Amino acid sequence: MVYQDTISRVLYIDVKDKKFWITDRKDLFDKYIGGTGVATQLLLEECPMGIDPLSPDNPIIFAVGPLVGVFPLASKTVAMFKSPHTGDLGESHAGGRSAIAIRLAGYGAIVIKGASDFPVYVSVQGNQVFFKDATTLWGMNSSLTPARIMREREKGAGYRTILRIGPAGEKMISYACVVSETYRHFGRLGLGAVFGSKKLKGIIISGKQSLKVTDSKKYKQLYKQIYDQAVNSEVMRKYHDLGTPINVMALNNLGGLPTKNLQQTSFEQAKEISGENIAEKYLGKRIACAHCPTACVHLANLRESYKDSPYFYKTTYVGYDYEPLFSLGTMLGIENAKDILILIEEVEKYAMDAMSAGVILAWATEMFEKKLISTVETAGVEPAWNNTKAYVDMLAKIIKQENDFYKALGRGVVYASEIYGGKEFALAHGKNEMSGYHTGPASHLGYLLSARHSHLCNAGYSLDQSLLMEKEVSPEEIVDKLVEEEGVRQILSSLVVCFFSRAIYKDMNLISELLALMGIKYSAEDLKRLGREIHSEKFKFKLREGFSFENLKLADRVYETKAPTGYISRDYIERALIYAKKIIEK
Amino acid sequence: MKKLSVIDNKRCTACQSCMFACSRRDGHGGLSNSCIGVKTAGGFEGDMTIVVCRACADPPCAKVCPTNALIPKSTGGVRLEKTKCIGCKLCQQTCVIDAVFWNKEENKPVICIQCGYCVGFCPHNVIKLVTK
Repeated sequence: MVYQDTISRVLYIDVKDKKFWITDRKDLFDKYIGGTGVATQLLLEECPMGIDPLSPDNPIIFAVGPLVGVFPLASKTVAMFKSPHTGDLGESHAGGRSAIAIRLAGYGAIVIKGASDFPVYVSVQGNQVFFKDATTLWGMNSSLTPARIMREREKGAGYRTILRIGPAGEKMISYACVVSETYRHFGRLGLGAVFGSKKLKGIIISGKQSLKVTDSKKYKQLYKQIYDQAVNSEVMRKYHDLGTPINVMALNNLGGLPTKNLQQTSFEQAKEISGENIAEKYLGKRIACAHCPTACVHLANLRESYKDSPYFYKTTYVGYDYEPLFSLGTMLGIENAKDILILIEEVEKYAMDAMSAGVILAWATEMFEKKLISTVETAGVEPAWNNTKAYVDMLAKIIKQENDFYKALGRGVVYASEIYGGKEFALAHGKNEMSGYHTGPASHLGYLLSARHSHLCNAGYSLDQSLLMEKEVSPEEIVDKLVEEEGVRQILSSLVVCFFSRAIYKDMNLISELLALMGIKYSAEDLKRLGREIHSEKFKFKLREGFSFENLKLADRVYETKAPTGYISRDYIERALIYAKKIIEK
Repeated sequence: MKKLSVIDNKRCTACQSCMFACSRRDGHGGLSNSCIGVKTAGGFEGDMTIVVCRACADPPCAKVCPTNALIPKSTGGVRLEKTKCIGCKLCQQTCVIDAVFWNKEENKPVICIQCGYCVGFCPHNVIKLVTK
């Protein structure tokens, strides 16, 4: 039973008929906690089988969990939808102020249905929902300006989230993202395109209600315990000091840093683009998601001169993390940090997934290098490693959808390689462009088998490093470990605690204690069982939409480029997939 | 007398830990009972604004209260006598730095009593209790 709480209220918004209603879904929240667990059920309910992901029938689901607004680091919102990029389950997580705003506006989940006939943005203020005509905001060439306008027009400064799309979402580029508070993203799998298909420019949610606990004294004690761990212990240091960019040198030294479309696994210029160097030369400030003391969001100060006027400059704060440094950096052979920041800023302006965008440009570069395409396809651009100007031009042409080639690039590397060739080096897992870890078979298996396809989703790269680099481990054992960890992560993402804080929240007994304070009863054993159940519920959706283990393939390049564990064997991957099918479909 | 002061707003990461701490004084989660606010000035690319009561020596909020629910303290600032408050919001409208916060659930103002509980939860030394 949830104690005097609003977590089980679901706000349904129909953007076609401009109406909304609130339904209590205690049934779902009692059984699946919140976040991923609840969103999966709402997706199974709301998304008809076999639909076109860009049709009005595709629902957008946002869900948060009971600990949000009560304990620190419970700061993520889970978005679920059918992915226009892969046709499979779309799940993407973002922080910013989204989770706190949804929870304190009095909701556990929001379901957006239908498609508007004209551009709209939606403003949710507590129990009221306002539909605003966004025609004038549509077609602006940066995602930043409409956000600024919404910010100035709407109430709730300091207590709100503004989730919005940019030109990529409007154009329904299949890897368009949704931006939260300028520097956080529902990055992967094309939620931005689904917004675009609904003519939904953005959604603003604000609220600041109180959340009751059953034992105030114990609550304050437990809060302090978790807060102190987050602020003073070693477990969060990696994230607040150099942040995830610390991985550039770590992976480079290991030989697992995908470089120049994974032709290499280390980069001659790694030091220049490392977290250490960027922090020293460009780090301008750090910011935090709401209710997280860690402040892992690193913003670089990018100062650029205008070429047409002397002593005329602009200065921009650019958010950077390991993933864009890989995708828009090493994958494109970019040799200096400033150029990567310029590319990140471009991708940010268009609001597209930085990881997919970089991997797609890397594929196109290799295609051009191998003369499989020419300037006819690229509309005059000559892509080459380290040619930032060419990449800036190509991103603009993708947004413009300039010709058939750029239209194909707007649908991902698998789609483009089916038309133009180069499948052997089209780097994707289940149509989603690869992330920055070529550490061994476990990382690739993790992405293939993940119920989420996001870059943070599994234990693969850590299994490569902690186990496979040390000794031989059977593919079956690796799959068992991946699936077991997936179960744990379903719980974390149902509570919506940030995965960066998993070292603090991994203890199921602690979670059980925290939930009890909210009047929610789960034993540690219940939670473990539930994690497995949520994982299998997600596969229910995936299998329904055509996912099959037999179709899972890795590009030849993955096998040809040595990883820190040695060359990855096809036989190893095949055995793992056969075993995975057996245990997951069971 | 110690007063809550913003030492360096440029160190603020907008983590809102102070806001949650303030609301947690009454033993619960959420933000309805918080009387410290962090907001961006021009988005996250700008500096943060931290709104806290300055504990005025001659508090304008108390002067406009029609029921004398806000009682000036000798050390500056005010004390709220909840039972007298009719929720008219005049105090909120009068404070030019918006430091009178509003608890919608109670329909009463929330005004800082300079207790400093929030200071213990600021990870970046943005705020401090300073002897004035």
